Amino acid sequence: MKTLTTLFKNNVREYGMLIALITVMIFFQVQTDGVLMKPVNITNLVLQNSYVITMAMGMLLIIITGGIDLSVGSVVAVIGALAGVLIVRYDVNWVLVVALSLLLGAGIGAFHGYFVAYLKIPAFIVTLAGMLIFRGLTIALLRGESVGPFPRGFQNISSGFIPDFFHYEGFHITTMLIGVILSVLLIWLDLRGRKNQQKYGFEVTPFYFFVVKNIAITATVMGLCYLMASYKGIPTVLVLLFVLITFYAFITTSSVIGRRIYAMGGNEKAARLSGVNTPRLLFYTFINMGVLASLAGLIVAARLNSSTPNAGDGMELDVIAACFIGGASPMGGVGKVIGALVGAFLIGVLNNGMSIMGVGIDWQKVVKGIVLLLAVLFDVYNKNKSA
Amino acid sequence: MSDVILEMRNITKTFPGVKALNNVSFSVTQGEIHALVGENGAGKSTLMNVLSGIYPYGTYQGEIYFQGKECRFRDITESEKVGLVIIHQELALIPFLSVAENLFLGNERAKNGVIDWNESISKTAELLERVGLHESPNTLITNMGVGKQQLVEIARALAKEVKLLILDEPTASLNETDSEKLLELLLQFKAHGISSILISHKLSEVNKVADSITILRDGTTIETLDCRNDTITEDRIIRGMVGRDITHRFPPRDSKIGEVIFEVRDWNVYHPLHEDRKVSTNVNINVRKGEVVGLSGLMGAGRTELAMSIFGRAYGTRISGSAYRNGNEVDISNIDKAIANGIAYATEDRKAYGLVLIQQVKNNITLANLEEISTRQVINEPQEMKVTSEYRDNLNIKCSSIQQLAVNLSGGNQQKVVLSKWLFASPEILILDEPTRGIDVGAKYEIYTIINRLVSEGKGIIVISSELPEILGICDRIYVMRDGKIVGEMPASEASQEKVMKYIMTQQEVVEQ
Repeated sequence: MKTLTTLFKNNVREYGMLIALITVMIFFQVQTDGVLMKPVNITNLVLQNSYVITMAMGMLLIIITGGIDLSVGSVVAVIGALAGVLIVRYDVNWVLVVALSLLLGAGIGAFHGYFVAYLKIPAFIVTLAGMLIFRGLTIALLRGESVGPFPRGFQNISSGFIPDFFHYEGFHITTMLIGVILSVLLIWLDLRGRKNQQKYGFEVTPFYFFVVKNIAITATVMGLCYLMASYKGIPTVLVLLFVLITFYAFITTSSVIGRRIYAMGGNEKAARLSGVNTPRLLFYTFINMGVLASLAGLIVAARLNSSTPNAGDGMELDVIAACFIGGASPMGGVGKVIGALVGAFLIGVLNNGMSIMGVGIDWQKVVKGIVLLLAVLFDVYNKNKSA
Repeated sequence: MSDVILEMRNITKTFPGVKALNNVSFSVTQGEIHALVGENGAGKSTLMNVLSGIYPYGTYQGEIYFQGKECRFRDITESEKVGLVIIHQELALIPFLSVAENLFLGNERAKNGVIDWNESISKTAELLERVGLHESPNTLITNMGVGKQQLVEIARALAKEVKLLILDEPTASLNETDSEKLLELLLQFKAHGISSILISHKLSEVNKVADSITILRDGTTIETLDCRNDTITEDRIIRGMVGRDITHRFPPRDSKIGEVIFEVRDWNVYHPLHEDRKVSTNVNINVRKGEVVGLSGLMGAGRTELAMSIFGRAYGTRISGSAYRNGNEVDISNIDKAIANGIAYATEDRKAYGLVLIQQVKNNITLANLEEISTRQVINEPQEMKVTSEYRDNLNIKCSSIQQLAVNLSGGNQQKVVLSKWLFASPEILILDEPTRGIDVGAKYEIYTIINRLVSEGKGIIVISSELPEILGICDRIYVMRDGKIVGEMPASEASQEKVMKYIMTQQEVVEQ
């Protein structure tokens, strides 16, 4: 049996981040007199961070390959602008526009990916160019002004909630039900994985740890569901995020393509000589990023209920910071979905908590910068200690 | 002429697990050209690195006396200060700086940190004149050929007021005229009282210019030959270089050799950067079922380049020629296709090209054949664990778990991981590039055993090795390569170290089939 110390040592990064997140949450909970964990604010926190999390999934893959994408903030803006112009000015059906936007996002990703993967131009430069190009196009499309408002259906992408089938006044029972189902599902999956490992004779964590872990997870899931149920229930965006996170967690841990992305980031030449088509893989990760950035662009536009020229400005930095805070290595080959997720939430809680406390945008940036630096310092320190 | 300018006494240098130099003594007299010869890995470069302070005082045992004074160099600047300058095989010039800037790099003609360009340029012109190089001091290094760059290196040594010049394989990448010129220059320097140490594999050159020859083998001095009085033949030198008996370092094998299973015909490859430089010329090689074929030659003979170009054109441009599997022409124009056609290439540089060091042993083993352990693009992790554990047990990979990171394994075990990766891809033809480089004797034996097992299963194996005893000990047939050409082929039963060495060293082509 693995001891808890070795378990903790092997996952010091993840546990460290989780502890940091919880500490920060407790800090703000106290400082804001409990506003942070109020049902309205929890829902807000999810909505505010949905686009950062969405893009962090794509950014993580790119960072694992050893690259970077600076253009995502501008892609968010240009897609939002296009959606605004088509829906508001030209009255195009919004569902069609959503489909078109995702397709265009893939196109933008392919544009970046082609230069990076096949013409071997550093990703930093290509996407810096993209950042300028798409910001410029945004301003041109919008002629410098905001366009809105959007029809109800489009707005619901970010401000809708899942329907309640029980119609109980003031409490969203469907949400609780989903919470229960999710908790049971998570416990079942963990149990099955554990059994499977035992079957192959691998070491597993002690049983009491398994129990404690699952109680903690269930408590968190049920607690969050309870908070959301007391407001308006689960936001539609959260469902979308859940699907994305599950999908990318699966891709990175269990799929052939994910394994190859890690191999490419860890040693591009060795991967190439092992028959991995590295340029094509790199091209795909950029297309994936483009689609996710355009999805985020739609969410942002729907949330603001207008397309603005400076939408998504500086957002690439939050997304990249989330990945690095979450333990991804700028050298490539290292990084986890769960890490990026925790990183995104940490940044989100910092933004949200400081806003509630009335800290200005100036000092918010200073604090975020320091957190990023500390997180990476922690990584380097750990690496040196283990080496 | 018998004043000793340099004396190295009882030098011993150990690396973890290996004694690279064992009690070596070596001396150079004033104004002579002293050649240092020996096989790859005999310890020539190590000895020179000790001398020039690259391995600082304290990391080796023994004493160094230069012009009668004991020297304890802590780094290369200290050895250069007394007039000992080493020119390495890989030139150390900065490509996008000019000749003048390179010549005085670290030694700038400057007052208070401001470079005096007039002095730099005029001094450079003067030095270039001395080495017979007619180039402007402002020419960028990148615009010059290798031969001229070599001369710039020598000019740089002169700028440091060299008394003893050390050249490590200076002519390895030069053509004949440039080599000729360089040797002339050494003779001129000698006339001016500058001594040189010349490390070279080209014995004809050595014979032409050397006043004395010291032979190193396995980290010890074998003998020093005086060329001024006696004539020394190349055969005499070769005998000194290889004179070692092969004991039971190789596991015995019953070869059951069948049909030709892989063949390459008229294979031509050009250098990827210098597109007019040919790295393989009209190469024809084949491998039979159950046969181990050796590819012998010096470093830089083009063996790795040939192997990688065959492996899905992983190296080189303008590749032409055809490949045949069991007599049928096959398309191996990219790595996927090469692997699909049953070809595998285990690299000589496992850290840079073979392993994803920051990842687990099991991930490395399955990388080249992930399809085998996945269904519909989803990896079956328990199955992966199972098959990789089997490889760990079969190849005796020593690791705390198959989830250990590859970076934490010893060289021999890393090599076994690379082998496992390719065995898991189940190839029919396996190209092993320096499979035992940098690993200890025990691990070598295990690798040889694995090779034996593979050929007994009917696979064909091509081994590239710079160690002649290894080539002779494990191969059924041997090709010798030089300058990108196959210059000899012989069955192992007819081969000897002397014979192979002759093919490697002789300047004219010997066609003897």
